[in-house]
Amino acid sequence: MSGLPLPVIDSDNAEFWAACKRHELVLQRCGQCKTLRHPPRPMCHVCNSMTSEWVKSNGRGRIYSYVITVQPIHPGLVGKVPLATVRVQLEEGVLFTSNVVGCAPDEIRIDMPVEVVFEDVTQEITLPKFRPSRQVEG
Amino acid sequence: MESVKDKCAVVGIGETEYSRDSGRTERSLALEAIKKAIEDAGLRPGDIDGIVKYAVQPETETDLAACLGIRHLSYFGEAGFAGGAGAALVRQAVQAIVTGAATNVVVFRAVNGRSGKRYGRGEVTGRGGRGDAAFSEPFGLIAPGQGAAMSARRHMHDYGTTSRQLGAIAVACRKHAARNPRALLRDPITLEDHQNSRIIYDPLHMLDCCYEADGAGALVITSADRARALKQRPAYIMATVQAAPGGGDGAHDRTETSAKHKVFAAAGVSPGDMDVVQIYDHFTPWVLMAIEDYGFCKRGEGGPFVEGGRIELGGGLPLNTSGGHLSEAYLQGMNHMIEAVRQLRGTSTAQVEGAELVLVDTAAGALILRR
Repeated sequence: MSGLPLPVIDSDNAEFWAACKRHELVLQRCGQCKTLRHPPRPMCHVCNSMTSEWVKSNGRGRIYSYVITVQPIHPGLVGKVPLATVRVQLEEGVLFTSNVVGCAPDEIRIDMPVEVVFEDVTQEITLPKFRPSRQVEG
Repeated sequence: MESVKDKCAVVGIGETEYSRDSGRTERSLALEAIKKAIEDAGLRPGDIDGIVKYAVQPETETDLAACLGIRHLSYFGEAGFAGGAGAALVRQAVQAIVTGAATNVVVFRAVNGRSGKRYGRGEVTGRGGRGDAAFSEPFGLIAPGQGAAMSARRHMHDYGTTSRQLGAIAVACRKHAARNPRALLRDPITLEDHQNSRIIYDPLHMLDCCYEADGAGALVITSADRARALKQRPAYIMATVQAAPGGGDGAHDRTETSAKHKVFAAAGVSPGDMDVVQIYDHFTPWVLMAIEDYGFCKRGEGGPFVEGGRIELGGGLPLNTSGGHLSEAYLQGMNHMIEAVRQLRGTSTAQVEGAELVLVDTAAGALILRR
């Protein structure tokens, strides 16, 4: 089956995917100015430091925006549509592209609270996805 | 810094036919468009000493020069940002001419965008999950239009913009295309047709998306002095800007791209002076947001602005008078630049009477041309 592209692990993002495998969501933080960033990159866009550390995210956020792909415009989407791709604004502030599971695409709304879940895809790759938040707010 | 305002002009335009299956190589298409542009200018291939191309164009400048019989190419360049390179090409040509690096420069784009690799299926821009794409493509974000859909959704949430308002852009472009024999889609459409067209990536319908096509287009650019002695009425290049989004966290913030509005200050004119505009319309939401970026209306007011015929011929801001990417052909900004020149020559099939100033948005840049 020709699926969607899987993430290609490289030295910039290996820590992130290793954490996903442990079912932990981590974010990269600048070692100098402590600004969080995502996706992982070799340099801080604020202070240009090339040192960084990994911090655990609480995995909670809100839907910033979303697109529901209806037509299988790529071979990897055949059998997967309608597919909701979402941009989640994590509580830590960064935007995170993912999918929503556990709710119909037409139930998704901007500002809806969501929380991370992990989907083991291959031996190496676990993808972080989001489901409607089960936690009571407040 | 010395201004390059009005120092150069577009003096030749050339196009192939637009089709769904050219049956030809992109090289063949490129050469036909370039040849026509050179002839249109009243020049000969031997007069050309510069070529600037899109970085995504696989043909090499040396190959094209060999085919055209150009013996000496003193300037060659290319510009990135995939299909958004248009204004950058013109800017490079201007810089080459004013610095004496070249005399007469060709810029062009040739694509088998329908019979060959499709942008709309991610076949050109897909990165196989590498780099930043490791954090988007595995989640199904493959083709450029999906990002446009996500931006549109947020715009709808923030400002109350509607799908019907996006439809008004598609309707206007089709209305103009109906007058243009080169356009691939010429049957007029209504807002209902837009609403009834199938959803591709919600909230975008099929009629929110450009029409991928095969074809080529080219411009010949030279100095203003030489332009006045040539065959056609020159389209003077008042200003060009490049603006690529960068930095930050990838939010749908228009700060970077809205740097394109600086083209007005560079040209010494204001948005209200524009007689007609050609805006990169790979997807309708980008047109609506570009209208806001350039200050034709306030942020968030693009929806009401495009309604009621304002952007149609006869309205206050006629837009994409050849039909644009939505209805003429998706030629990645090249057909918009060619149409702008036609407006200034008075030869458009949807002519704005007495057009003197045209804004062209080429996605990652902009230019203003004048008669």
